Amino acid sequence: MESVGNRKPGTPALHVEDLRVSYRKIAALKSITFEVHKSEIVSLLGANGAGKTTMLNAISGAIPVESGEIRHDGASIKGVPPHRIVQKGIVHVPEGRRIFADLSVAENLRVAAYLYESKRKTLFKERLEFVLSLFPRLKERYAQAGGTLSGGEQQMLAIGRALITGGDILLLDEPSMGLAPMLVQEIFDTIVKISQTGKTILLVEQNATMAMEISNYCYVLETGLISFEGEPEVLRQDNDIASAYLG
Amino acid sequence: MGTYSQQFLQQTVNLVQLGSIYGLLAVGFSMVYGIARLVNFAYGPIFMVSTYLLFFFGTLMSAMTETAWIVLVFALIGASALTALLAIIIEKIAYKPLRGAPKVSVVVSSVGVGMALEYLVLSFIGPNPHRMPTFVGNSRYTVGGVNFSLATIIIVAVAVAAMVVLNLYIKKSRTGIALRAVAEDGLAASFMGISANWMISVAFILSAIMATIGASLYGVAYPTFNPYFGEQINWWSFTAAVLGGIGSVKGAILGGYLLAAVNVYSPMLLPTSSWRDVVAFGVLIFVLMIKPAGLIGKKRIEKV
Repeated sequence: MESVGNRKPGTPALHVEDLRVSYRKIAALKSITFEVHKSEIVSLLGANGAGKTTMLNAISGAIPVESGEIRHDGASIKGVPPHRIVQKGIVHVPEGRRIFADLSVAENLRVAAYLYESKRKTLFKERLEFVLSLFPRLKERYAQAGGTLSGGEQQMLAIGRALITGGDILLLDEPSMGLAPMLVQEIFDTIVKISQTGKTILLVEQNATMAMEISNYCYVLETGLISFEGEPEVLRQDNDIASAYLG
Repeated sequence: MGTYSQQFLQQTVNLVQLGSIYGLLAVGFSMVYGIARLVNFAYGPIFMVSTYLLFFFGTLMSAMTETAWIVLVFALIGASALTALLAIIIEKIAYKPLRGAPKVSVVVSSVGVGMALEYLVLSFIGPNPHRMPTFVGNSRYTVGGVNFSLATIIIVAVAVAAMVVLNLYIKKSRTGIALRAVAEDGLAASFMGISANWMISVAFILSAIMATIGASLYGVAYPTFNPYFGEQINWWSFTAAVLGGIGSVKGAILGGYLLAAVNVYSPMLLPTSSWRDVVAFGVLIFVLMIKPAGLIGKKRIEKV
């Protein structure tokens, strides 16, 4: 494996160790080890079927883990169900966005404050204002049903929802999927903006070129194993890897 | 006024009364399907148990006070609480372990639970009919030759109020929005911190409350009951819910009134009242042929 470079010392915000996940006895992740430090943008890259989405699902508790360990600030979160993972500040923005199509934009955002809405109304208001300033388009569509939004707007809503939960680690699964190039740029710019507010981001992307541009560190997944890790510059210079896995 | 049109008006009053009860019961049935995607054929028997609970609490309270509305309110609270508890226990024992199993298994399980409830009541209380204590006086009013009873007015008012409150709760409250989110996408809702298991319990609680309010109103209109009468309620609630579009609150209400219309008007037009059910289910089949998802139901893509 390549050298680890100069990453922050200390306990990682998210630490996955020797993780194994199987679907019906077929290993989707064989032995995955990686870490994400606070305020970093870390990318998990790789082809379709490499296990990227499975990795995020394992972290957020959506699927069971066979062996290995997942730690958040040093404490194990393995086997914690998804609705409790959110309480720990880890929020999953799933592949295909999965916004609530029958709920209005306003309701989609409000439901994300489910855990604290009744106790801390001003906190919800603050976060809502931040999200609407980040995505003014959502304000224009506020009363519309989520299902009537365009792909780009749905992605904004999905990220907005995650921010309203108050999570400080965002798991973003293919945020650029199916979007026009201009919108892809806009979404990636927003991810950088969010990262600058101190959030930690674990990004899964097929669009490796774009992901590397904004990442501090990258891991390349290949059929359930990590085949490369390093800073994006190193990855880009390594022609073999670039041509083999990143297209 | 001709006797025929007078009869028609009189039947319309009956329609509104019956439709309000059916609508309310169908909402309770539909609710559980909407959130848990579960056709709960134990609903009628739960309604039956709820009727017995109302009977016991009502009789108990009548011994303590003569004020009818106090009797009714306390009987409703007591019976609602126990019915909700029963519904949650059923969900945890008979449905939750089958989540992820084929839908047919859950349907069979719900039919089994329904039969078990029926036989439990039969073996503990017996098959003899009982009579609900009188919660509402039998004052009558006549307007333009059409008779209204105080009971009818109260039944319609309470049922409509219950449906309006439930609808507002689902539309506006924090829990209501979470319920709708789970109905659409349980996993995405869990990523928002919502426990799908808890929301399913909430759906069963709301369903039990609707069944209990429905049972009290049904008891005012038709005071005699026995352990078997949940079965008929099962079919009427199910039919009304499917007719309107199962999973939808508004659809269930619409289905309830439509079914009541068929029930009330068809004996006027048909030679014998035994044709009533044939017409009712005929209408159901006809509606489903034209609109397979029910009158205002949405086509849903089942997620794997």
